[in-house]
Amino acid sequence: MSALLQLTGVTAFYGAIQALKGVDLVVNKGEIVTLIGSNGAGKSTLMMTICGNPRARNGQIVYDGEDITRLPTFEIMRRGLAQSPEGRRIFPRMSVHENLLMGAYGRPPAEASQDMEQVFTLFPRLKERMAQRGGTLSGGEQQMLAIGRALMSRPRLLLLDEPSLGLAPLVVKLIFGAIRELNRTTGLTVLLVEQNAFQALRLAHRGYVLVNGAITMAGPGAELLARPEIRAAYLEGAH
Amino acid sequence: MNNGAGVRVAYALQQIINGVTLGMIYGLIAVGYTMVYGIIGMINFAHGDIFMIGAFLSLMGLTVLSALGITSVPLALAITLIAACSIAALYGWSVERIAYRPLRGSFRMAPLISAIGMSIVLQNFVQVSQGARDLNLMPLIPGGLKVMEEDGFVVQLSWMQVAITITTLAMLGIFTWLVTKTPLGRSMRACEQDLKMATLLGIDTDRTISLTFVIGAALATVAGMMFLLYYGSINFYIGFSAGVKAFTAAVLGGVGSLPGAVLGGLAIGLIESLWSGYASVQYKNVAAFSVLVVVLIFMPSGLLGRADIEKV
Repeated sequence: MSALLQLTGVTAFYGAIQALKGVDLVVNKGEIVTLIGSNGAGKSTLMMTICGNPRARNGQIVYDGEDITRLPTFEIMRRGLAQSPEGRRIFPRMSVHENLLMGAYGRPPAEASQDMEQVFTLFPRLKERMAQRGGTLSGGEQQMLAIGRALMSRPRLLLLDEPSLGLAPLVVKLIFGAIRELNRTTGLTVLLVEQNAFQALRLAHRGYVLVNGAITMAGPGAELLARPEIRAAYLEGAH
Repeated sequence: MNNGAGVRVAYALQQIINGVTLGMIYGLIAVGYTMVYGIIGMINFAHGDIFMIGAFLSLMGLTVLSALGITSVPLALAITLIAACSIAALYGWSVERIAYRPLRGSFRMAPLISAIGMSIVLQNFVQVSQGARDLNLMPLIPGGLKVMEEDGFVVQLSWMQVAITITTLAMLGIFTWLVTKTPLGRSMRACEQDLKMATLLGIDTDRTISLTFVIGAALATVAGMMFLLYYGSINFYIGFSAGVKAFTAAVLGGVGSLPGAVLGGLAIGLIESLWSGYASVQYKNVAAFSVLVVVLIFMPSGLLGRADIEKV
């Protein structure tokens, strides 16, 4: 397997606070990789650092053989990455339709409408809400919209930040099912950040554990799931 | 209807025609304010001065073309409009690049303060380079329509007034379409609603913002050219008074709303003209700005603004 994304010794700072302390991480083509860790471990920072905001201070980020460490965010994203970010960041005063179109920014309209149909197949609820303003959607619908919008760029690497946050178990199941389905049918590569470690590790091929801005453990999802220290730290009462 | 009443009606009608024309000029300037506000949530106080520069560029263009012996008025106007818009667009781009972009991400008052600084710079630049006196232009679009005549009082609708109204409404239509229906317009709104997310979608936000300033400056130049052709007299200070009135119009209409900007412009134009006609010319600005105060107190989101407006 070849690496689609490779981080080597990546550090990042928010002001004087060091949020990432030399992260090494690999995502291979066609893999679902999950990054688990507690609140404040630096998971979202890592996702944003991959996208160049904040920029990595040290280390290197290579995407598809190209060093993207110093590229501006919009240039990185145009290379086939898409992120469904922390907090979903739906455009509140745009319709669902427009939010999805924003995901297809810069791509031909014909392709965009084709992809939109696929998103609607995945999340039929979004089609019903097409004309509704993003800000008026429920949390679960916004999450579907955020993922759908990310898919609209036809990404090769999908970065999902806490897609299960604050959602009802049924919706989480739906969304995780959709991710698995996409990975299986289209070979979409996914990097998934989750607090819901049990679900994430079951879904992912491999997992990393992030503690205080550094990777402390890595391995196949099932293997991590079986480790007692993981169970103790992240899975108590989770599912 | 006796004669006295007839004249009163005619007089009122003339005031309304003049007020609408004035309002259309304010409205077009206000559209520029509101577009820039709509993308970075900031009032570009230098916008009125770009309008003034647009008027000066138009005057220069027309003077140069007439010196070159171009006598066809439509041709001269078209060439001047294109040239003036292009140069003013460069001004708009530079203003953003120099005074606002370095302050992005800074505290909210910072770009407002540098906008006021930019406004002073542009005014003084024109005052020094063009002189402080009024510069005049002969009427290029003469004539008009006699709407009615009552007891010797003729109500005139000049072709210039018709042209101003049509131009503003056309610009409003074009730019409403641009903002609501095109990819550029969507990315402009995306920048306003969530700049960080916009970059995450691959939008070059700096470029989108620059483009908005370029468009805003071109709109201001169209307004400046109309002002020049309508009043036939300009000076370095017109940007301040017209700019503040247009800002009032934008607030009245609801900052961020394009139709609101023109509606607000109409309201300010009519208030000013009717106040001048019936109360006192000296206090017309007091009337116009009292509206600003009242609106800010009782209706902060304006006529067509959205209710959740938070940043001025």
